[in-house]
Amino acid sequence: MNASAVGTDPVVTGIGVVAPTGIGVEAHWEAVLAGKSGITRIDRFDPACYPVRYAGQVTGFDVAANVPSRLVPQTDFWTQTSVAAARDALADAKIEPSALPEYSMGVMTAASSSGAEFGQHEMERLFTQGPAWVSTYQAVAWFFAATTGQLAIRHGMRGPAGVLCAEQAGGLDTLGHARRLIAQNADTRLLLTGGTDAPLCPYALLAQITNGKMSAVDDAATAYSPFSPEASGYLSGEGGAILILESRASAEERGITGYGSVSGYAAGMDPPPGSERPPALRRTIENALADAGLRPSDVDVVFADGAGVPHLDLAEAQAIEAVFGPAGVPVTVPKTLTGRLYAGGASLDVATALLALRDGVIPASGTVREAAAGYRIDLVCGGPRTQPLRTALVLARGHGGFTAALVVRRGEY
Amino acid sequence: MGKFELTDLAEVMRSSVGVEEGVDLDGPIGEVEFTALGYDSLAMAEVISQINRRFGVQIPEEEAFDLLTPNAVVEAVSSRLVEAVR
Repeated sequence: MNASAVGTDPVVTGIGVVAPTGIGVEAHWEAVLAGKSGITRIDRFDPACYPVRYAGQVTGFDVAANVPSRLVPQTDFWTQTSVAAARDALADAKIEPSALPEYSMGVMTAASSSGAEFGQHEMERLFTQGPAWVSTYQAVAWFFAATTGQLAIRHGMRGPAGVLCAEQAGGLDTLGHARRLIAQNADTRLLLTGGTDAPLCPYALLAQITNGKMSAVDDAATAYSPFSPEASGYLSGEGGAILILESRASAEERGITGYGSVSGYAAGMDPPPGSERPPALRRTIENALADAGLRPSDVDVVFADGAGVPHLDLAEAQAIEAVFGPAGVPVTVPKTLTGRLYAGGASLDVATALLALRDGVIPASGTVREAAAGYRIDLVCGGPRTQPLRTALVLARGHGGFTAALVVRRGEY
Repeated sequence: MGKFELTDLAEVMRSSVGVEEGVDLDGPIGEVEFTALGYDSLAMAEVISQINRRFGVQIPEEEAFDLLTPNAVVEAVSSRLVEAVR
């Protein structure tokens, strides 16, 4: 519809993934298409005394092989997964940062749990051994901007930098914000966007459980089943994705097509609990489509937020139905294979959506077998659905009312 | 506790804050400034903190920032260990 928007929209030219579904873009994508779940009983610590005992854990991540030795003691696992994903994303995009002007590159990551495990470890040392035993790096490892800062330093990126904290919605916000920065500054070639998370230590898990939305079901396969008759809450997980968002001009100059463009974005905030006003999701979807200059019928697939909590699933299904009509568009929730990764969640969803566009295949909703009666959405279950895809809509909602919607479109037209 | 030598310092640096690629802590680093070896003030604060704990000395932070080379650190630690023995 709006050809000029596509013609100038920035493109995702590189993706790096570290996730419970696999390390590396293709490993993740293969697992998603095969419906191979990364959710297992938590083995980082003994979860027996917690009501939530399952999570999406990253396995086989060799810290020493992925993170420079000087960075290891300075960083939480959250930052370490981002360091590896950013390196892979840059390689995927064929970008050598040292060859580009340092002020033309920026970093905009999402953070949610931040360096919880690092912080817990140092608090333990403080209380059991005393202040002299607390790592100096506690000063820089735990806080929300740590990953953005380390990535900017590591790759010599002195352009726009920031961190966005909107729980599960943050990943989409980084891409929306980076898109705006690129549009505003002709000198800005690219930003590292997306994010990862590492919420699997006792302190972080306990903090998550207080939101009352997590599943205590004692079964890895069904504990997190959004839109399903068995929906009982959600599970969390670690990892995510880093994506290179590059200006159209820069990508064209380098002869890179990329995975697809970021063509529309909107954010919204839910009204307070008990309000008569509707949730922000429908309005946010409509605003994102308007921003992209698209009609609902232009959207080929929706990657849903999939809270896993029945009343939130219903609200999402109703918002999708209100915009697209009953069963008006295929909807998928592959994040049932990873759990909700908070800062990494929507970031990974965007990566998955771009891979779906690339290959013309909608991955199924992982372990969810069918949508519950009453949800009038076309939930993709039982196996991938092969069909031509041009445009995907990714939805995300974060605890506290954060809502975001992002439109990505295939790179080759 | 005894002596504190360059190799002890190198071990603390290696195990507590890591080593930059291309830097050899077993080489002749005694008079090379820490910044040239890739260690900023935060890294040195951590190194001194670890030395204080492991070797039972108490080099205050303010003094730590004036110790610009490995030899200076070795001397600061050694002189305190000698005092402790007396």
